[in-house]
Amino acid sequence: MTTLDQLRPGQQAAIVSLAGDPALVQRLYELGLIEGETIELVALAPLGDPIEIRLGNSRLSLRKAEASGISVNAECGTRNSE
Amino acid sequence: MITKTLTVALVGNPNAGKTTLFNALSGLRQRVGNYPGVTVELKKGQFSASGLTIDLVDLPGTYSLAARSPDEMVAVDLLLGRRPEEPRPDVVLSIVDAVNLDRHLYLTSQLLDLGEPVVLAVNMMDTAKAHGITIDCQKLSAELGIPVVPIQANKGIGLDALTKVLLEAAESGSIPRGPTFPAEFEKEVTALQEELRDEVPAFLTRRLLLDISGHCEQWLVGRHGSQLRQHLDSARQRLAEAGFPVPAVEARTRYGWIRPIVAAAVKKPAVRPVTWTDRLDAILTHRVWGTLVFLAVMFAVFESIFVLAKPLMESIDAVRELAAKSFEGILEPGPLRSLLSDGVIKGVGSVLVFLPQILILFAFIAILEDCGYMARAAFLMDRLMSRCGLSGKSFIPMLSSVACAVPGILATRVIENRRDRLATILVAPLMSCSARLPVYSLLIGTFLTDGQPFWVPGLVLFCMYLLGFILAPLVALLLKRTLLRGATPVFVMELPAYKRPTLRNIVRRMWDAGYAFVARAGKVILAAMIIVWALLYFPNTDANGVNYEELISREAEPSAEVKTIQGEWKRNSILGRIGRWMEPAFAPLGWDWKIGTATLASFPAREVIVGMLGMIYDVGDEPDEDGSALQDAVRKEWAGDPIRGRYGIPVALSIMVFFALCMQCASTLIVMQRETKSWKMPAFAFAYMTALAYVGALVTFQLGRLIVDAL
Repeated sequence: MTTLDQLRPGQQAAIVSLAGDPALVQRLYELGLIEGETIELVALAPLGDPIEIRLGNSRLSLRKAEASGISVNAECGTRNSE
Repeated sequence: MITKTLTVALVGNPNAGKTTLFNALSGLRQRVGNYPGVTVELKKGQFSASGLTIDLVDLPGTYSLAARSPDEMVAVDLLLGRRPEEPRPDVVLSIVDAVNLDRHLYLTSQLLDLGEPVVLAVNMMDTAKAHGITIDCQKLSAELGIPVVPIQANKGIGLDALTKVLLEAAESGSIPRGPTFPAEFEKEVTALQEELRDEVPAFLTRRLLLDISGHCEQWLVGRHGSQLRQHLDSARQRLAEAGFPVPAVEARTRYGWIRPIVAAAVKKPAVRPVTWTDRLDAILTHRVWGTLVFLAVMFAVFESIFVLAKPLMESIDAVRELAAKSFEGILEPGPLRSLLSDGVIKGVGSVLVFLPQILILFAFIAILEDCGYMARAAFLMDRLMSRCGLSGKSFIPMLSSVACAVPGILATRVIENRRDRLATILVAPLMSCSARLPVYSLLIGTFLTDGQPFWVPGLVLFCMYLLGFILAPLVALLLKRTLLRGATPVFVMELPAYKRPTLRNIVRRMWDAGYAFVARAGKVILAAMIIVWALLYFPNTDANGVNYEELISREAEPSAEVKTIQGEWKRNSILGRIGRWMEPAFAPLGWDWKIGTATLASFPAREVIVGMLGMIYDVGDEPDEDGSALQDAVRKEWAGDPIRGRYGIPVALSIMVFFALCMQCASTLIVMQRETKSWKMPAFAFAYMTALAYVGALVTFQLGRLIVDAL
């Protein structure tokens, strides 16, 4: 188990839990990031931060600091890497 | 005959096509509603159907009704009928994206708790089909308990059916039911409601419980004090212990309700197809390619504002000249003629001259936002901006301000976070601007060209720009750490799917921005210009009581005599006298009263300085071919002066630094006021920038003097 900010581009993972500032957590829920959902890390911004993830057909941008509160189970067998 | 009016509130996520639907339904019958105490503005439209008038209120795009600020609360209050200015909606129209139905239905499920009829419009059905997604709207309607209408807002498909359903829903008035929360949760809500009684409806009590440090909590605990605080904390504690912590209980309840419904009504392909958005993002958010494309796009935007706008601005200036000249033909010389041609026409011209830049910038912003690239730009720039305490969304406003702060400040509307937006607005004017160029050109041309290595002029110009580029982020950081300090905002941002922008939306945005500026800002700028005109015009008689215009008309124009008369006139004007009186204040900067007066006169608009210097140095205010006459006059005048003769370059630099940092633009101040709905912000900007400019010019001159003396 790891956190969302530790994933590498192309990796998929299932969300285990969300932690952090209540306002942040609530906003993450509102955007569909809830326990059990599968997300894919699409890219890192050129300077390393923020990160872009795909959730179903939605794409979200999060700062690594915000992503560090999201615990995920990285799935083995990633999609095609870059 | 009184036609019945129906009020419909339009609610949806950003990027669901809400604005397109709103524009499609209400056409040109739109107006903007302002509310005291908040900066959010609501758009209201109207259309008719079956003999009824329908008032459509466009609520700001949001993901949820969990309000975190007074601005966000406006929408919630309006939906509950708690806003005094607006009637309670008869129907709530929820618009969702067919491609992301599960996520969008989260907000819809909240709307079902309002106790009002709800109609669901499922937009972008064509895109869903292209993704291989099929939605059974009847099944969906049966499961949700509300009418569901498939539409394609951008093509106008399904709108008649939607209107029909809206009328039916209002007629039947049937109230839907949202997902059922755990019993423990309902128990706590009831207990809290007893304490609050009739003060708030149950809907807000639920929000109070769910939204930790949200607006309802801040507001209600503020009113009721520690008793409510304790009750709230213990209620949340109990819920957490029972396995239903807030806010998670809301997410689990709602998504738990949504998932089976979507599973029943929506068919998705087994393997998700690769979409155009996937393909484009592979390039556009790529470390290397994405950055290159971004730089190219930003360059194009910037160049266009500079280059494309120029001929248009020159045309406006030319028209202004013509208009002014025409008055000269009709009226006798005197206060009225001067007021009209130098005051009013110049004032109107100085407002209209911004229009090309505003329109071009907003055309680009509309295109970039509509197609979805704007979010990618913010994504790429976020790291850089966060170093200054801002976010990626501040980048384009700051970049635009390098050309002109007026459209740059208007562009800060894309920044949702209030403190970030304020910080960006307050530092935007530091990012240099094209009006500062004439001053730089003049002074660099006069003192830093002849006898200097070839690279000096370019380097100095570059440094002037750099000064602003470095100070703006620093001041922003300082502001975010001190005056604008607050909880770190949430930066999570959606990157919408790419789509083709519509010409209609682009034109509408351009029109809105341009009209807002001219109609609202225009009046005040005009007033400011007229005041400066008066300060420079009066008194208009010389020491012998002879009218200056008389004296000028006696000479054959143009001549050196005329210019001398003009110079004397300006020196004796009210502003000239003020300048002379303030000379001690200018001395530490190495300035004399002439430079000081010219600077004072350019506070409403900095580009005025060159013409003013021309008049005060007796060169006249009509610019000649290459400005060399003024340069020669300045050199000559300064050479004869003890301070400016010896320290010419430091003085020139101190003037440039002053102009680089000072707030000398009435238009910018007015636009700031309009965007922040308060005079405090422009007053603060004016004060801090003028102080910064004064100190900067002082330091530049004094340091320069020391260096010259040492050499």
